[in-house]
Amino acid sequence: MRNRETRTAWLFLLPLLVALAAVAVWPLVRNVYFSFTNAFLDNPSEYSFVGLQNFITVMEDPVFWGAVTNTMIFTLISVSFETVLGFGIALLLHRAFAGRGLVRAAILVPWAMPMVVSAKIWEWMLNDQFGLINKALIWLGFLDKGIAWTADSSLILGTVIFIDIWVTTPFMVLLILAGLQLIPEEIYEAAEVSGVPAWKRLWSITLPLAAPAIGVAVLFRTLDALRMFDLSYVIAANNEKAMTMSIYARDQLIGFQDLGVGSAASTWVFLIVGLIAILIVSLLRLDRSTA
Amino acid sequence: MTQTSDRYSNRTYRRLKALKRIGLYAGVTLVLIYMLFPYYWAIISSTKTRESLYSFSLVPSLDFSNYISLFNNPIFMGAIVNSAIIAISSSVLSLVISLLAAYALGRLHFKLSRIILICVLMISVFPQVVVLSGMFEVIGWLGFYNRPAALIFSYLLLILPFTTWVLTSFIRDLPVELEEAALIDGCSRMRILTHVLLPLMGPAIASTGLLAFILAWNEFLFALTFILTDENRTVPVAIGLLTGSSRYEYPFGQIMAASVTVTLPLLILVLIFQRKIVAGLTSGAVKG
Repeated sequence: MRNRETRTAWLFLLPLLVALAAVAVWPLVRNVYFSFTNAFLDNPSEYSFVGLQNFITVMEDPVFWGAVTNTMIFTLISVSFETVLGFGIALLLHRAFAGRGLVRAAILVPWAMPMVVSAKIWEWMLNDQFGLINKALIWLGFLDKGIAWTADSSLILGTVIFIDIWVTTPFMVLLILAGLQLIPEEIYEAAEVSGVPAWKRLWSITLPLAAPAIGVAVLFRTLDALRMFDLSYVIAANNEKAMTMSIYARDQLIGFQDLGVGSAASTWVFLIVGLIAILIVSLLRLDRSTA
Repeated sequence: MTQTSDRYSNRTYRRLKALKRIGLYAGVTLVLIYMLFPYYWAIISSTKTRESLYSFSLVPSLDFSNYISLFNNPIFMGAIVNSAIIAISSSVLSLVISLLAAYALGRLHFKLSRIILICVLMISVFPQVVVLSGMFEVIGWLGFYNRPAALIFSYLLLILPFTTWVLTSFIRDLPVELEEAALIDGCSRMRILTHVLLPLMGPAIASTGLLAFILAWNEFLFALTFILTDENRTVPVAIGLLTGSSRYEYPFGQIMAASVTVTLPLLILVLIFQRKIVAGLTSGAVKG
């Protein structure tokens, strides 16, 4: 009986396993394989092995390290802001008020739009001459003339972070809200009756109990931010000040047609992201075991 | 919370409570403005032309010439058709494959189920760029390059892990009793899935399908890389590449019209399926 169930299970899983092998496992293996060759995209079947040369080429390229630094800054700042803002908004939307369901749905709007569309809308709002933001800042007296938020090299990474926070905070809110809903209401009632002040309730009840949900949300968002491609690509085009690791790897691969170096860059990205993932997961585990 | 506070009835307490209430609504209003205003501004801008586009009036001027020129743009309309075909095909394909898998992972007992779920989750978070060169080769072998099939195929990487994870948790939430009765009657597992569980999963499948559709509809990196010519482009890339004849003639009005056109249907669907979508999005995170 058990044996038969196992066989049925594998039969049901077969299409998934075949599909994932074709779109994930095999391409990943080939990518690592190409990293050790000097293949070019126009004729990928003709190549010879060059050992670690491609990895060294990428490592010696200051543009690559610039892209890594940008990605790290982007991830660190945007995920931190999203977490704090997301937690705040989640606390707010956790309370009972009229139209709560509708509000929770409405905040999904930035998240459900294509990143390209969000990028274009903000590009328009942040335009140096005709943008609403500059206009408002001038009217309020903060500025004398409009700032080119999306063209100025020193501002571009900040602008990208700002837009990303707008786009992905809703996702953070949803995950943290789901965590808050798991906290039993009785705990708060007990604390309130015993006269525990509100800030202390937040600090010693809500925060520790919502921590696992926040941890998972941070993990997902971090891994998502580390692979960011479209926002920077649309807003910053070829500006190296906002180039991410993904853009660098794709540039080598498609732009320069260099399959070997491009694959090596992708493999670096994979290793870096993998390392960070392991780090965060073990931190979360540690947290859970001590709590 | 309200139940306990009913016991207090002095005036200051009530006043404090009213103040808190005002603060709550003010906060919610601020959040709504932050989240929705940019989209509202895009809608307004899309109905303005040249001169009025640069005035800052907050009411729409109801001039639809941007939309008319957009709908007469064959590349953009072609992109909408391409995107729709690609997103629908890859979502349906993913739903079928992952529904089968989700039944095995959610209901059948076998050793490796947990490990497979974790592997699926890992695939969903790794960077797309990591498979780019290998995917390029596979797509070449299949003869899909510069065809919609290239994207239908490669989007399985984005969608399958997600739909598998969500449907598995939905299936786990269904009561087992119905199924056990059918099993005793000698139903096959496949028949149980299609005749017992499937009828119960309508809303779950609709919302999961919608999320899958959104993932495919919004994708940019693969669409930019595997499609070469304008007539095969998808919507995000078409909008990303929409430029005017010169730097000073950047067609903001038209870009805003395009943005509104490709998002409005999605947003309406998201609002309709809101409850289920939230359940789907958070199911993995909360239970994982």
